[in-house]
Amino acid sequence: MLEIAIKGSKKYWIWLVVLCAVIGAGVLVYVDQFINGLMTTALSRDVSWGFYIANFTYLVGVAAGGVMVVIPFYLHNYERFHRITILGEFLAVAAIVMCLLFIIVDLGQPIRMLNVIFYPSPKSMLFWDMCVLNGYLFLNIVIGWKVLEAERNQIKPPAWTTPLIYLSIPFAIGIHTVTAYLYCGLPGRGYWLTAILAPRFLASAFAAGPAVLLLLCYLVRKVTKFDPGWEAMQTLAKIVCYALIANLFFFFCEIFVTYYSQIPGHMSHIDYLFFGLHGHNTMVPWMWTSMILMIAAAIMLVIPALRSNYTLLPYICGMVVIGTWIDKSLGIIAGGFVPSPLHHVTEYMPTIKEIMISLGIYGTGLLILTILYKLATRVKEEVRG
Amino acid sequence: MKKSRRSFLKVAGVSALGIGVAPALKAVATASASTPSAAVRTKAPEALEAKRWGMVIDTSKITDEIAEKIVLACHKSNNVPDFNHEPDKEKYPNTRPVNHKQELKWIWEEHFNNAFPDKEDDFLANKFKNLPFLVTCNQCKNPPCVRVCPTRATFKREDGIVMMDFHRCIGCRFCMAACPYGARSFNYRDPKPFIAKIDPAFPTRSKGVVEKCNLCAPRLAKGLQPACVEVSEGAITVGDLEDPNSEVRQLLGEKYSIRRKQELGTEPSVYYIM
Amino acid sequence: MSKNAIMAGLAIFVIAVLSPFWFNLGGTDAAPEPELSAKAKAAEKCVLDKYDMRANHMSLLDEWRDAVVRDADRKYHAVNGKEFQMSLSTGEDSCLGCHDNKENFCDRCHDYTSVDPYCWECHTTPKEINQ
Repeated sequence: MLEIAIKGSKKYWIWLVVLCAVIGAGVLVYVDQFINGLMTTALSRDVSWGFYIANFTYLVGVAAGGVMVVIPFYLHNYERFHRITILGEFLAVAAIVMCLLFIIVDLGQPIRMLNVIFYPSPKSMLFWDMCVLNGYLFLNIVIGWKVLEAERNQIKPPAWTTPLIYLSIPFAIGIHTVTAYLYCGLPGRGYWLTAILAPRFLASAFAAGPAVLLLLCYLVRKVTKFDPGWEAMQTLAKIVCYALIANLFFFFCEIFVTYYSQIPGHMSHIDYLFFGLHGHNTMVPWMWTSMILMIAAAIMLVIPALRSNYTLLPYICGMVVIGTWIDKSLGIIAGGFVPSPLHHVTEYMPTIKEIMISLGIYGTGLLILTILYKLATRVKEEVRG
Repeated sequence: MKKSRRSFLKVAGVSALGIGVAPALKAVATASASTPSAAVRTKAPEALEAKRWGMVIDTSKITDEIAEKIVLACHKSNNVPDFNHEPDKEKYPNTRPVNHKQELKWIWEEHFNNAFPDKEDDFLANKFKNLPFLVTCNQCKNPPCVRVCPTRATFKREDGIVMMDFHRCIGCRFCMAACPYGARSFNYRDPKPFIAKIDPAFPTRSKGVVEKCNLCAPRLAKGLQPACVEVSEGAITVGDLEDPNSEVRQLLGEKYSIRRKQELGTEPSVYYIM
Repeated sequence: MSKNAIMAGLAIFVIAVLSPFWFNLGGTDAAPEPELSAKAKAAEKCVLDKYDMRANHMSLLDEWRDAVVRDADRKYHAVNGKEFQMSLSTGEDSCLGCHDNKENFCDRCHDYTSVDPYCWECHTTPKEINQ
């Protein structure tokens, strides 16, 4: 089936070359980081996780969001999603690959990364994260491939894919819950030590994932002959709407608990994010932008006339993606590490080198996504004639 | 044609796996066979031992000079890099400029409000307003950093010291996020250019691993006191918390002491006599 | 794919895959001979016998590391009766305590076999300290 990916239009090949250039630049900068250490980043003794882990957290959410198309179709036979489940599964594959790459570039000693397998530590959430991420990746590759192949040959997928599909659903919830558990079990970090972090992560994921998928549906409609279906896209928009409202509600719960209880250890982090602390206020414009974008997007999605507006919807999705990205990645990391456990404020903004490596990883994800979507759309075009 | 190419690839893949497994199995077999079974590994006879190592810092005996001496002694004896040190231009040409936010420190001074943020007080006793408080790894009895390490590169030894295995550490920095006391530092770059004089009794670290105070475990194993204790002029005492006759227990029995962030349940082993 | 393209691709692949050999063409070096320092010769007996050490010093060092760091054991009572400190580089009865010239001993075999152990990134050699 892969031979489909090497037959494409001129625009397709130009896009692939551009992606390879971005990836190449990222690799070159990574070589510098590999040789000289993470000193090329803006990470510090106080803020020891940064842009890489931030993007990792966001992309785990996008990958988990794929389950929002799998559950309706496979569990409840929601026919409208029949054509786009493969798009959701392939998006999950690309997202998980990016997650794993972000972890690898963040390690101080990446050549020792197999130590996590040689010395399994079941008490550590990172161990379980490795298990569920790789498991989910494997599941989605196998399921997506087999189902697509079956569709191409116009037969039913083999019977053993069904239990795997059912298994991928708890795995999807699992990957993002475990990622949240990385953060919310740490006693010294007031911003993260809350039971609502895992539900908030999931809500944000179920808004971000389908929003990305919606944008990809628009793109697929434009550049291929495959039409995911406007009804399916409308349902996706409704899912984004409710998940986004849930995310905002959970965040307001957090705000209430923090500010009504007036506990300084918890307030200081949200003060830093939204109002600045001791004169340090780099994050303030970002967080308010994120809130405004998310609230505005939620309102627009609730109004049916705006939600079903074909031209407006992609912009609303863009607002959702940007808003949830800021909140989930920069917000979570900066809020957790600032102020430090000794109440010092050390700010963090990524360096150019960090950004270039991250762009290289996004390029890799887009490359995988392009190739997989090319397969999926081409097969569906073939089958439909 | 398609079918046979696919089955060829399947067979090739399985054989590659099989061929790959064989030497791994062989290595495991020979490794266990070649271990000299008669060799014995023991502790050195002069090693200091304890059931649970702890530290008592008598804050009334700490002055600014003593605090500075302690920090210097610790960092010197453990080859902790000092970013204020100019690297030798001949040995280390082209070292990039330092980022002081990426500094490493095993023990350092803090004000009361930073060392004990849960006890911030507008009406703090005058004595403590400008006193230097030395903070370091608390060698917790219930350490969150050990719980989160995915490779058990940081682990709690039987004698209570929370150790680092620098060979196993993958540099994920999860332990740094987990520590409620900010006790850990990461080697964002090769530390060697910033070590003025390498102490031969202890290895340096490489870039990419986390480090922290290890209660001078190598010195304890040779029967020596930790470096901080030696220069503290009696301000710091290290001993066995579970031995009722040890000096640390006597100090704790006589005077009131506090620990950092006690409500978190980490059970720190470093006590501050107030 | 035309036959010429396939043959050309194959030829390029074979040349690329054999590139390490092209780089090392031009005579072989003699077998490596690590030099025993005076201290080592005087000590006569090492931790294990010569052939055992040559084959297994890597796993021995691995076990020593776990014993020292994780179990707090530091003394090694060898089968031949001698006692050693389980240390690569610190102290008189560590490895480098006797074999104090890394360049003439350790590096001889390592350079010949193109082995680049990163032990030396942390375990400082006596020469480095005295410099």
